[in-house]
Parts: sequence; structure tokens; C-alpha cells
Amino acid sequence: MKKIALTKCLALGAAALTVSAAHAEVKIGFTGPLSGPVAAVGQDQYDGFMLGIEMLGKKLGGEPVTVLREDDQLKPELGNQIARKLIDRDKVDAIVGLGFSNVLMASLPRIVESGTVAIATNAGPSPLAGAGCLPHVFSMSWQNDGTAEAMGKYAQDKGYKKVYLMAPNYQAGKDYVAGFKRYFKGQIADEVYTQVNQPDYSAEIAQLQSAGADAVFVFYPGGMGVNFVKQYSQAGLMKKLPLLSAFTVDGTTISSLRDAAVGTVSGAMWDVALKTPGNAEFIANFSKKYGRIPSHYAAVGFDTAKLLDIAVSKVKGKTADKDAFAAAVKAAGSELKSIRGPFRFNSNNMPVQNYYAFQTIKDGNDITVKLLGNPLPDHQDAYVAQCKAK
Amino acid sequence: MSATLLLAQVLNGLQYGVMLFLLAAGLTLVFGIMSFVNLAHGSLYMLGAYAAAVVGVQTGSFALSVLAALATGAVVGMALEWLAVSRLYRRDHLDHVLATFGLVLFFNEVVRMIWGPQPVFVSLPESLSGTVDLLGFTYPTYRFLIIAVGLLVAAGSQWLIHKTRVGMLIRAGSVNPQMVSALGVNIRLLNAMLFALGSALAALAGAMAGPILSVQSGMGEPVLITTLVVIVIGGIGSVHGALYAGMIVGLVDTLGRTFLPMLIREFASREVANAAGPALASMLIYLLMAVILALRPQGLFPAHKA
Repeated sequence: MKKIALTKCLALGAAALTVSAAHAEVKIGFTGPLSGPVAAVGQDQYDGFMLGIEMLGKKLGGEPVTVLREDDQLKPELGNQIARKLIDRDKVDAIVGLGFSNVLMASLPRIVESGTVAIATNAGPSPLAGAGCLPHVFSMSWQNDGTAEAMGKYAQDKGYKKVYLMAPNYQAGKDYVAGFKRYFKGQIADEVYTQVNQPDYSAEIAQLQSAGADAVFVFYPGGMGVNFVKQYSQAGLMKKLPLLSAFTVDGTTISSLRDAAVGTVSGAMWDVALKTPGNAEFIANFSKKYGRIPSHYAAVGFDTAKLLDIAVSKVKGKTADKDAFAAAVKAAGSELKSIRGPFRFNSNNMPVQNYYAFQTIKDGNDITVKLLGNPLPDHQDAYVAQCKAK
Repeated sequence: MSATLLLAQVLNGLQYGVMLFLLAAGLTLVFGIMSFVNLAHGSLYMLGAYAAAVVGVQTGSFALSVLAALATGAVVGMALEWLAVSRLYRRDHLDHVLATFGLVLFFNEVVRMIWGPQPVFVSLPESLSGTVDLLGFTYPTYRFLIIAVGLLVAAGSQWLIHKTRVGMLIRAGSVNPQMVSALGVNIRLLNAMLFALGSALAALAGAMAGPILSVQSGMGEPVLITTLVVIVIGGIGSVHGALYAGMIVGLVDTLGRTFLPMLIREFASREVANAAGPALASMLIYLLMAVILALRPQGLFPAHKA
């Protein structure tokens, strides 16, 4: 009997573990995942944003600025509460960050009701890009399909005949595979969906070796990507079977992968190899201040600070008129000198931008990236036609 | 479907199984003998991985990094037992869960404060990072090392429990601790040593996992859940049960992930197979646990007849 009671207790324990956290002129609320397995992603957005504000003399549009920082823990319900708190209690002028797609979508109800300007720095889900687009909600980062579409186009241009696709088994995983297939017209060797947060891919890696593909495309964000790339490289496949990826090898994971990542091709709208105006200065300042190389998450945060700077000066600090402020943000998008190259907001408030292909290389003892090409210049997403907002 | 692919998948299953065994061995003894529910076992796995990562980068020696992990596990385990766990033995199981869940949060936060939220780099010597050719398949050499280490620990623990005096006391203590203590054995010291040994094995598992997994804060929790499944299937307190159940869970999970989607494709469309395959495969080990709990609540290989 005692053992059975203990067993019940174990089940309870397992359940507990799965749950496993002066008024200025301009007030900005930042939310993002700042704890848990993807904390590095949220931290980079925040650090990039704060660096941008610091380089603008701690002012936006000439007005002193206060930033309130909130951790959504990658929990949609918490994201929703934070949006309510920032809008109702703190009365912020704009919300920046908004985390992953699921958290962003859950935060929207109060944002829509209040008409507060919201700038997502890590998500551009398809509903928000299509029929559900909103005049005062922007994505400063990407429409979710963009990087996968760029890799699909890259594979097509490269002349690969047969590609093997892998992603975690959830909505974003399926979206990325669909995005890849939108631009890749060759044969799909197989499409494999793995458990979310699966630690070991040895079974899948053995499987893909027998598929006879020319290349492999994966979408494995965060720790999943570190696991997959380490294991792919240890299986000796990096030289035999080109690895194309989206959100798998980036500034937050490359320092833990080092040599294991060499050879990986990644789709992204920014990386350290870009020679755009201001990029070298951003990278130098970021590395100096935080002691690490910035990722594209940090680059988006940095661009967002500059975007708000332009928008606040456009309305001369009068951010209380929310419609005018949203219009100013939209117009600021076209004026922004983004470190990623050409940038503007589309009619659905998603970015129109280049999606590049980068490759991780070894340069002496350093692991860095080089620019392979620009498969999708000035790219707009596939959903913009469904958006009725102007 | 070729024989070599099956062989590769069986090796993968075995390798996963021995990793689970390394984690389950210590945990099942603590559960079985001290009747203590230790959710912080995954934290020791994480600390082992970090210790190995730090020492590995500093010294460049894989052997030293594994030794450092073992030492860290033993020392932290001993300290934990002395500071926290020994005060909780007499309390309710729910108190154990609460206290050790608190420890999980504590360790995750400590690691994040020291090393930051980014995963840390783990070095692997050139000699171990190669591959072995298995009739057309390349299989990482390092995974053979994991299997070897796991089997070595399994043999060692069998010897310790069945052939030594300490093992005899452990077995006696699991049946009737009061009687063992009445015979003049320092059961508290025995408990502390057992706890430290279990912790060292968890840290060893962490050190072995470091080169193939992402070493970051919170890495111990997902694997702990699977470890709990292994313990329930093997029988609480049973080390050989943990070994067999680890192998069963490792093989069922790996082979299920590979062959279930293929099987579903035989009689359903590709879309259905792509959606249902991974979902069903991830449920397999829990289904197995539920069936075993229903038919044999004491587990498949109980430590002793009740």
C-alpha cells in the first residue's frame, strides 16, 4: 500500500514539475520570456532595445523615457495579464516585445480594446498578417514564414532535388515547413515532426541518412536546436548532407555550439556579417556592454528603439492620441535606417525586408557567419492580400 | 527498412536506456529505502553537466571533466542530505515534493545567475567526436562510450548491492530500517552515503549528456519525468529494475518514434500519419506505465516481495 501511495506522490511530483517565476514623458512596457529555456531570446531583445535607448541619450524623440520590464515566462495567460497591467495600471504609451507567437496572440484582446500601440519584436503570426491584421499592432521582426521561405528559395536556387524536412510538432513547426515548401519546388524526401522539447534526435538522424536526400531543412529554436545540431554534427553528416535551418543556429546558441555549427546555412533578416550602415557600431557597442555577440533578436530590439525615436518625434511627444501615434510608427518604418538593410511596414504592419542566407564558418579560431546571398529581397509575406486594414 | 537501420535504432534505444538508468539508479534507492521523494535529482544532473563543461573547457581533458562531475554530485548530494533532506525524512511525502521542488527552482536560478540564460559550450576531445561506420550508417563514437559507461555502472551497482557488506545493509535497510538500526548500524550515515552516491550517478549522467545535449538552466526537469516513469515501471527501490526498465523505456521510446509514424502510413494518409505519429509516439511510455500500474502496481522487477 505504501508503495502505491508513493507512486501517487511521484505522479503528483511529475505534475508539479511540468507546471514549472516618477512619471516620465514616454513610458514603454517591455515584455518577453526572461526566464526558462528561452530566456536568452527575451534577454537579447531587451538588451538590444535598452542599448538603442542608451545610444539615443536615454531619450526617445527628445523625451525622457521609462522602460518597465516584464517576464512572460513563455506563458500565454501570463502575457495576457501583463498586457492588462501595463495598459490599465502603468498606462504605457507603447508595448514592445510581446514574446512568442502564442503569447502575442493571447495578449491581443486588451491591446485591441485600448488601442495601445504594440510592437512585436519576436513574432509575426499568420492570423495577424492576414485577415486579423490591426492598425496599431506591428511586427518589427518578421512574418513567421519569412526565414523558412528564404531557405526554400535558397534550396531551389541551389538546385537541390530532394530535401528532408524536420520541425517540432506544433503550429510554428508546421508553418515553417509550409513556408519552406512555398518556395521549394523539388521533391520532399520526408516531413518529420518531433516532440516539442525532445532532447535526443539520434533516432531521426539515423532515419534521415537512409532517405537519400540532397539536403536537410530544420526549424529547431532554442535548446532543441543546440541538441539537434550537436548530434547532427557528431553523426558526421555536416560535410555529407548540407543543413539548412531557420531559428536553429543564431547568436544565442552559436557560442555553445562553436565547431559543431560550422557549415550550417541559416535564413535570417540580420546577422553580424551584414555590412549595412551602423551595423558595425551596433555590434561593437553591444559586445562591449554585454560581453557577448548580439543575435538577430538583439538587432530587432535595437531597431525598435530607433523606430520609436522617430515616431515620438513625429508626434512631438504627444503619444496620448493613439491613432496618430500608430500612424507615426507606421510612417517611421519607412524612414528608419535599419541595420538589417531596407525596411518598411507593409499594409498589414508586417515588415517588408530582405531575408538573407548566412553560413556558419570558422575564421581562424573564431566561429562566425558569412553572407551567402539574398534569396528573398524586399520580401512581403503571403498573407498581406487578406488584410483589409489600410 | 533495412537491418542496419534497425541496428542503429536499437543502439540509440540502448544508449537512451543507460542514460535513464544512471539517473534512475540513485533515485530509486532514495525512494525505496528512505521513502523520500526527491524532485531535485534532475538538478544534480544539471550541476554535473555544468561541472563537466567548466572543467572540460579549462583542462581540455574529458576524463577530468567526468571526475569533476562525480565529485560535484557527491559533495552537493552530501551537503543537501545533511542540510535539508535529513530533516524531511519523517515528514509527509507532500512536504518532500514541496521542499525539493523549491530546491529545483533554487538550483535553476543559481545556474542562471552564474552562467546566464544561454546554453554553455561543452568540449569533446577529437578522439571521441568521430564516427563508426555501421554498414553504410555513420554512428557517433561517443554514443558507444555512453553505452559502455552505463553498462559498467550497472555491473558495479549489482556487485555493490549483492556482493558487499554495504550492499547487504542497503538491502536490509530497505526491508526494515528500524531493525537494522537496532542492530547497531548507523542508518543515518548509510542514508547520507546512499544519497551522495545517487547524486554522483545523476551528475555522471549529466556529464555524459553534456556533449550531445544543450547544457542550460532547467535541463534536468524533462529528463526527470522520464526517470520517474522508469522507476515506476521497474519497481520502486529496485536497482536491477531501474536497469531493465531504463532499457525498456529507451527502446520503446526510440523504436516507437521511428516506426509508429511508418506504421500509421500503411493504412492512413501521409497528413494523418504526420499528425498522429509523433503524438502517439510521445505517449507510448506513459501508456506503458499506465498498463503496468494497472496490472502490477509494484512494478515489473520489485526489489523484494511485499
